[in-house]
Amino acid sequence: MTQWIDACATEDIDAEDLIRFDHAGHSYAIYHSPEGRFYATDGLCTHEQVHLCDGLVLGHLIECPKHNGQFDYRTGEAKRSPVCVNLKVWPVKVEGGRVFIDIG
Amino acid sequence: MGKRDYSLLGRDARRALETGLAAAAWYHSDVPRKEMKALMAREDRPAIRDTAILFGCMAAFAGLGIALWPSWWSAPFWLAYGVLYGSAMDSRWHECGHGTAFRTAWMNNALYQVASFCMVRNPVTWRWSHARHHTDTVIVGRDPEIAVMRPPEFIRLIANFLGLVDAWNGWARMALNATGRLDPEEATFIPPAEQPGVVRVARIWVAVYAATLALAWAMGSILPLMVIGLPRLYGAWHHVMTGLLQHGGLADNVTDHRLNSRTVLMNPVSRFIYWNMNYHVEHHMFPMVPYHRLPDLHARIRHDLPAPSPSIRAGFAEMWPALRRQLRNEDHFVLRDLPPTAQPYRPEFHATLAGNAG
Repeated sequence: MTQWIDACATEDIDAEDLIRFDHAGHSYAIYHSPEGRFYATDGLCTHEQVHLCDGLVLGHLIECPKHNGQFDYRTGEAKRSPVCVNLKVWPVKVEGGRVFIDIG
Repeated sequence: MGKRDYSLLGRDARRALETGLAAAAWYHSDVPRKEMKALMAREDRPAIRDTAILFGCMAAFAGLGIALWPSWWSAPFWLAYGVLYGSAMDSRWHECGHGTAFRTAWMNNALYQVASFCMVRNPVTWRWSHARHHTDTVIVGRDPEIAVMRPPEFIRLIANFLGLVDAWNGWARMALNATGRLDPEEATFIPPAEQPGVVRVARIWVAVYAATLALAWAMGSILPLMVIGLPRLYGAWHHVMTGLLQHGGLADNVTDHRLNSRTVLMNPVSRFIYWNMNYHVEHHMFPMVPYHRLPDLHARIRHDLPAPSPSIRAGFAEMWPALRRQLRNEDHFVLRDLPPTAQPYRPEFHATLAGNAG
C-alpha cells in the first residue's frame, strides 16, 4: 500500500550528498545525485549497521563511513566488499520543493 | 578483568557479544558535515606522487644493491630497499585496503595487491580482518589484529622487528590456503563467497615464490631472494616500530578511540613510510579520511583528543614501561588525559577504567 511521507526539502541536501531521515523507528538515507535526481535507501549499512549519512557520495555510489563498503544508491546493489547484502531502496517523488518517500 | 582469551572463537568473544562491546556505537568528535565531506574528498595526485617516489626509490636501491652484490657496500642499499618493501608496503596495504589512497579504484586495487604480496598478507583475508579491526578495535576476542596482547610476549614482539613471527605465519597461511583450505578463525570473518579468492591468490603467490627460488637455485645465489621475499624480514622493523605504538599499552574493551589509540608526531621520512598513520586516533575515528588529509583532520579535532606523543621515542617511553607492567598486572594500561576542551568520555563505557589505570 502506498504511503508517501514528507522527508525533507530538496534544498536540504547538497548535490552529490545525502542526509539521514528517521521516521517511525526506521532510519532512511536520502540522496541528491550529481544530475539532480533524488533517491532513498535504508539508512544503515547492511554490513555493520553504521549510519550511511556519515559516508561519502561518489557519483552514484554511497561509501559506508566505517569500512568503505559501497552501494549503488539507485538500485541498492552492494558494489564493494565488505558489504555483501544489498540495501533496500524506497520510491521517491519531488513535489513543491519537497522530497517524499513511499514507505508503504 | 584478569586472564584474556584472544581467540575469536573463545570465552571473551562470546562475552563481547553478550555485553554489547561487539559492533558497538563508538565516540566521534563533532565535525560539521560540510567540513567532513571536504576532508573525505578523494584525490589521485598525492598518492600517484608518493607511489612514484616509492617505486623509484625501490628500483634505485635494489639496482645499487644488485650492482654492488656481494660486497658489503651493497648493505646500506638493501637496508633502505628492505624498509620500503617490508615496512612502507604495510601502510600502502592499509590505505589501499580502505580504498582512500587514490580516487581511482583500480589504482587502489593495483597497489593493494602488490603491497599485500610484499607483506605476505592475503589481500582477501586481510580486507575482512581489517574490517573487523575497525568494527571492534582492541575488543578482546573480536579484533583479529591486536598487535600487543596481555600479558605481552616480548620475545615475539622483538622477533617481529625482523618479521620472524608474522612473516612466517603469513607464508604458512599461504601454503595452507594454496591447498584449498582456510584456517578456522579466518572462516569466522571471511564470507563463504569470498573464500575461493583467498585460495586463488595463495596459489599465485606460491608460483611467484617458486619462480624466485628456482632462479636463486639456478644462479647459486640468494640475490633473487634479496629482492623478493627476504626484505619482508630485514625491512620489517619500521612498520613494527610504528605499528606497536598504534594501540600498545592503552585501554582495551572500550569504545572510544581516544582511549585505545595513540597519535604520534614523527619525522617526515617516517611519515612517508607510514603514510601518516601516525595520526592513528584520527584514522580510527574517521577511517574514510585519506592519509594525506589526516594532518588537516588532526588540526580540526585536536581540541577533543588527548595530546599526541611528540615523537616516536616519547611514544615508546610511554608504552614500553606499561607493557612491562602488564607482565605482572594484565589489567594495567595508560589512561589518556583529555584536554579541558574535549567532550567527556561516555560514562557508560568508561566508568570502571580509572581504577585499573596507573
